[in-house]
Amino acid sequence: MIVDLPDTTTSGISKALVKIREEGGAVALGRVLTLVIASDESITEEAIEAANDASREHPMRVIVISTDPDAAPDAAPGLDAEIRVGGDAGASEVVILRPTGDTAKDEQSLIMGLLLPDAPVVVWWPGRAPEVPGKSPLGLIALRRITDATRRHADPQLALEACAKNYTPGDTDFAWTRVTLWRAQLAAVLDQPPYENVTGVQVSGSADSPSTTLLAAWLHLALQVQTEYELTGAESSQGIHGVRLFRGDESIDLVRTHGGIATLTQPGQPTHDVALARRNLRDCLADELRRLDPDELYGEVITGGLATLGAPSAITEGPLA
Amino acid sequence: MNPADVSAEHNPLRSAKDYRLNRIAGPSALIIFGVTGDLSRKKLMPAVYDLANRGLLPPGFGLVGFARRDWEDQDFMEIVHESVKKYARTEFREEVWTQLAQGIRFVPGTFDDDAAFETLKETLAELDTERGTMGNHAFYLSIPPKAFPQVTEQLRRSGLAKPADGEWRRVVIEKPFGHDLASARELNEMVASVFPADAVFRIDHYLGKETVQNILALRFANQLYEPIWNANFVDHVQITMAEDIGVGGRAGYYDGIGAARDVIQNHLLQLLALTAMEEPISFEASALRSEKEKVLSAVRLPSDLSKSTARGQYSGGWQGGEKVLGFLEEDGMNPESTTETYAALKLEIGTRRWAGVPFYLRAGKRLGRRVTEIAVVFKRAPQQLFADSQTSQLGQNALVIRVQPDEGVTIRFGSKVPGAGMQVRDVTMDFGYGHAFTEASPEAYERLILDVLLGDPPLFPRHEEVELSWKILDPIEEFWETQGQPQQYKPGSWGPDEADELLARDGRTWRRP
Repeated sequence: MIVDLPDTTTSGISKALVKIREEGGAVALGRVLTLVIASDESITEEAIEAANDASREHPMRVIVISTDPDAAPDAAPGLDAEIRVGGDAGASEVVILRPTGDTAKDEQSLIMGLLLPDAPVVVWWPGRAPEVPGKSPLGLIALRRITDATRRHADPQLALEACAKNYTPGDTDFAWTRVTLWRAQLAAVLDQPPYENVTGVQVSGSADSPSTTLLAAWLHLALQVQTEYELTGAESSQGIHGVRLFRGDESIDLVRTHGGIATLTQPGQPTHDVALARRNLRDCLADELRRLDPDELYGEVITGGLATLGAPSAITEGPLA
Repeated sequence: MNPADVSAEHNPLRSAKDYRLNRIAGPSALIIFGVTGDLSRKKLMPAVYDLANRGLLPPGFGLVGFARRDWEDQDFMEIVHESVKKYARTEFREEVWTQLAQGIRFVPGTFDDDAAFETLKETLAELDTERGTMGNHAFYLSIPPKAFPQVTEQLRRSGLAKPADGEWRRVVIEKPFGHDLASARELNEMVASVFPADAVFRIDHYLGKETVQNILALRFANQLYEPIWNANFVDHVQITMAEDIGVGGRAGYYDGIGAARDVIQNHLLQLLALTAMEEPISFEASALRSEKEKVLSAVRLPSDLSKSTARGQYSGGWQGGEKVLGFLEEDGMNPESTTETYAALKLEIGTRRWAGVPFYLRAGKRLGRRVTEIAVVFKRAPQQLFADSQTSQLGQNALVIRVQPDEGVTIRFGSKVPGAGMQVRDVTMDFGYGHAFTEASPEAYERLILDVLLGDPPLFPRHEEVELSWKILDPIEEFWETQGQPQQYKPGSWGPDEADELLARDGRTWRRP
């Protein structure tokens, strides 16, 4: 069900929500969090879709502040809203706010009256994000702040630097969420014999993949060895290409071959295919919402690991060349 | 820069702060005996796929079927494929399947065929080199208990049960773990002669259920419940496991077993132990077990079993719009069988916490609906303030843990009816897993198979617990043997009159779940 509320206020929306619940009774009470999405009009629907999907795992109230970056600065102040529940909203209830003019300036007061009591607040900027998310009006009321380095800036690697410089505990970025499957496979390799130290690391990926850089930073921080990483600008390249862990002369290679498949090669072991699909927005969001305490490891990687990593360089030998 | 040390105990890529990484099982092969059975098709094979799909299985993983069928690897793969497509919980992804399928093998043979076990040995050795399963093998015995001795003996004789250095062997067995104390001991001795105690995983799939594990969280992570979780506040506890189906095709198996041996001995007594035990000092397997063992040893049977137990057999008739056969008329059933399809018991726990609080356990087939729940019923508050007429619709406060279906927790308490005057009526406050954490929880078997491969034992009962449960049940079974035919009850009802009388004697009634 979609309810349109043109020219309204936050309290008007609250009343409408209560009414819908009384009439339908269908809206479940078990919401576990409020997700605030602050996005440009152009990507709002994509973000809502991801949130609706993720709500099957985390029932939540989704509040979307959708603004038009090209709007005239002197547009008349006003607020149009839309409420979606039931089949149009997955297991969530979605409130879309479209403020114009001065109304759009005070984001915090717009949503304050719509937050669920007690439940934690998560803010997600699917595109542009404030320079310092932790100190922004929305960021201040949130427990977790999610950004997406691939979309935040034209240059995703620069976006990572911004994440590092302005890190506040509770920050997180999808670039980090996207490396979890890679990290899990690599950690599992070191769970098994032979238990020998890793002596060097190579990582390669495409230039628009901040995840490649984060993966290298994490390996560097955890393994304390020289870590080379390459970022290629080729048109065809996408995401992380592969990782090579050296043990002296031998190496363990995890290289994405095609689509969602990577090949794991280890000395003295058969070659394995590993399903390593690129994670979509929905998976990333659901994953982020699973734990709401600050991700300390991310904090260490984005600040410490990244700072000591050094610049990318070309890899000329081996499977990653 | 000194490289971080890697050892068997320390993996620098794992950190306590890292809450995103799941533990992936190490390289291993799962060998299923009785692979053509229902359990294997509907639960085990789909669970293996779901694990693979969630990225929790290692790339070096093998799945080996052993059964009396004239199949090639290909045929077996087809069977697994079908069962995965039909029963898996997660979506079917071709790339996951392709990877899993590479490690699927089949060994045809019977349990008395030495050569078949030699073939199995060769197959596993091949998997170790071709797939890198590294000599780690888990044997899942999804077979009738009478075949256990033969299979364990074959595993010993062929050397399959003996791990080399750095490898492991584990064996998984399903209930029933014997049919009384003596047979349980015998079974245990036989398995223990081949596998050490910590390599034996007894599957009680109830313990793999999220709701059952949630009993620990509910009781010990919260401040709200533990202070009233004792004889001062609790009036009694009802633990129910009801099925709406009959014995159907299992008639032959069920005759001589009955509801008490089938589910009370394992599932219900485990639920009782988790509900009644003291707080363990950690989640270590040994700490959990010792608390469960303590409370099971403190369980007392009432002195007069004729007044504190009830049993019944479902009769034929109409159930929910369907004409059903009575237990004694089921296909292949002994028409004079005295096996019970419904059993109810009253147990007491002698500890300071529970003295005087009866635990009523009931289990049965062809009951009103399929439900498993634990209801903790509290004492009635003194109603000095309210006149009788004002609280006539107020029952006792209750906390109900719904184990299945519609997993969750309900609290019943009184609330004022809106309007003039003061009338108090029961209302419920409801927590549903399906609401608070919507996406389906992992199947119990997923969790349990993963725990077997990881070698993580807290959710598996040890033989001490099994023996303690039989000690509770044996006297009751002996008593029932002298009592002739159980009472008949209508299909779709909530059991025989005897069971209602059992509670009525104590001035109580069964909850309608």
